[in-house]
Amino acid sequence: MTVLTRPEAGSRSAGPRHGAGAPGALLRQGMFWLFLLVLTVIFVGPIVWMFLTSIKTNPEATSVPPTLLPSSPTFSAYEGLLRLDGAYPVLRWFLNSLLAATLHMVLVLAVASTAAYALARLHFRGRGVLFVVIVSTLFVPGFVFLIPNYLIIDQLGWLDTVWALAVPGAAGAFGVFFLRQFFAMLPGELEEAALIDGANQWQIFTRIVLPNSKPALATLAVLSFLSNWNDFVWPIYVLFSPERLTLPAGLRLLQGAYTTDYPVIMAGAFVASVPVLILFLFTQRYVIEGVSRSGLKG
Amino acid sequence: MASPTTTAPARGDAARGPGARSSPTRIRRHAPWTPYAFMAPFLVIFATFILAPAALGIWMSLHDWDFMLPNRPFIGLDNYAALFDSTSAVFEMFWNGMRATAIFTVASVPFLVAIPLGLAVLLNRKFPGRTVFRAIFFMPYVLGVAVIGLLFRFMLDPNIGIVNGLFGTSTPWITAQPWAWISLVAMTVWWTLGFNTIIYLAGMQDIPGELYDAARVDGASVWQQFRNVTLPGLRTVHLFVVTITILASANMFGQALLVTNGGPGDSTRTALIVMLAEGLERFRMGSAAAMSYLLAVILGIVSIVQVLAMRERRPR
Repeated sequence: MTVLTRPEAGSRSAGPRHGAGAPGALLRQGMFWLFLLVLTVIFVGPIVWMFLTSIKTNPEATSVPPTLLPSSPTFSAYEGLLRLDGAYPVLRWFLNSLLAATLHMVLVLAVASTAAYALARLHFRGRGVLFVVIVSTLFVPGFVFLIPNYLIIDQLGWLDTVWALAVPGAAGAFGVFFLRQFFAMLPGELEEAALIDGANQWQIFTRIVLPNSKPALATLAVLSFLSNWNDFVWPIYVLFSPERLTLPAGLRLLQGAYTTDYPVIMAGAFVASVPVLILFLFTQRYVIEGVSRSGLKG
Repeated sequence: MASPTTTAPARGDAARGPGARSSPTRIRRHAPWTPYAFMAPFLVIFATFILAPAALGIWMSLHDWDFMLPNRPFIGLDNYAALFDSTSAVFEMFWNGMRATAIFTVASVPFLVAIPLGLAVLLNRKFPGRTVFRAIFFMPYVLGVAVIGLLFRFMLDPNIGIVNGLFGTSTPWITAQPWAWISLVAMTVWWTLGFNTIIYLAGMQDIPGELYDAARVDGASVWQQFRNVTLPGLRTVHLFVVTITILASANMFGQALLVTNGGPGDSTRTALIVMLAEGLERFRMGSAAAMSYLLAVILGIVSIVQVLAMRERRPR
């Protein structure tokens, strides 16, 4: 049934198309903004609540009914967490997470960009097959790799080290696929000119392709940092020493230790949230662009 | 070895970038080994942490592979057979986990498809600040499951949580069913709906505006435009969203571990929790590998069925 033959169900749409000024339209505008406001409170509220709780005293945080704003704000929940030598060294976990996520991001950019360059712009035997094999692993659920990868990490002697966190994730096909699509769309003229001037492929890659792909590289950098920073399943199994944990793994420990000290738990959660929220604030264009693009591959 | 690679039409290359063979001139592009040098770093990591574990997992699943024991005898398909044998030690906990994962998937996917679709329609309108709202709805997604888990464990606490505090109720959000499922589904929807919204929104922006103009000229209402222009235009995007949402829901792990801790009883102990406990806590890795492959195969079948079902539904 097409649009053309479909009989009109009601007469509501017969009115003026842009009915600004009409009381009905004004009401509808008001409802629209009210709805957006309610949604905003739903989405931002819990994050604000996390922070507000972290600066309350525990009796106030667990009082019934709850108070919205802390009656006497205190950062005492943070003081214990930010000591490097404490039993729950949140600051150390923070640094561990930062190191792992940064290493992971750099590694992803390095290996995915070179591979994507070869797949997008060089000709070689087996390229088509290789691309299909790499992309097809995107459809294999990640949990299949967890248990055998634990053995492989153990064999490499990487258990309880930052390498276990930073390296295996860089084998994911998403980065290669994402950059390959971008590189393949770059025009070929600059490359031709550089070739005629005697540039080699490494020079073309580093001086022409990479500088012209900054948005795609930034997107991949942010996405890989975020995913590594937030990873939970893998770190809780490959890390053992309390001082080597990342924030997500440490937060689980914290939850077990401070079952009912909610300001401390929320302070830990907030410390883990701040970097990604700030990163998102400054790079949301790239993040959203990257997510948008991931849906258009079908 | 020395033959230079040229731009001679490389027929048979399945994945050819559009810009890659823009010129037919025969200039020497690179040495034959250059592409492999570019591929090598990725391929080493890919082979070590994707291809090797995929093969190793199958190998392990065919052995009585206990991490703690020196002997790991070949047992054929016994690990798989045990999953279907109601008298085996793993049968009950495995299928209990599968049931929990299935309940979560069936309960969460409709919301994770419908609500983002609605939000995307809302955000596809032209109004000041729409990119700000887009970012706000996406924001929870950048937080990790550990943060979300701790936060909702606190907010949903039956005694001191803000949710019961706000509504003046004493609902056992995490200690009784069906509330535990409602909580896990609702928090997951809150957490991840921005992702699907962005994908739908991008899909909507690819639908040519002329289609809406034509529909309006024909007197189509807003609902009719949505039904007959937007939805058909989103067919591929929709298929993608449903598929990745099913996969993501089937991966549910952190929320159940941190908020309900698998409870009440074992009711929210998902397949992934069961599998990882079997493999990485009790170190019965052969059995756990078999579980992971069985779950992957079931998910594969679900995806294929779903793709076929959605292909069938072409209008007219």
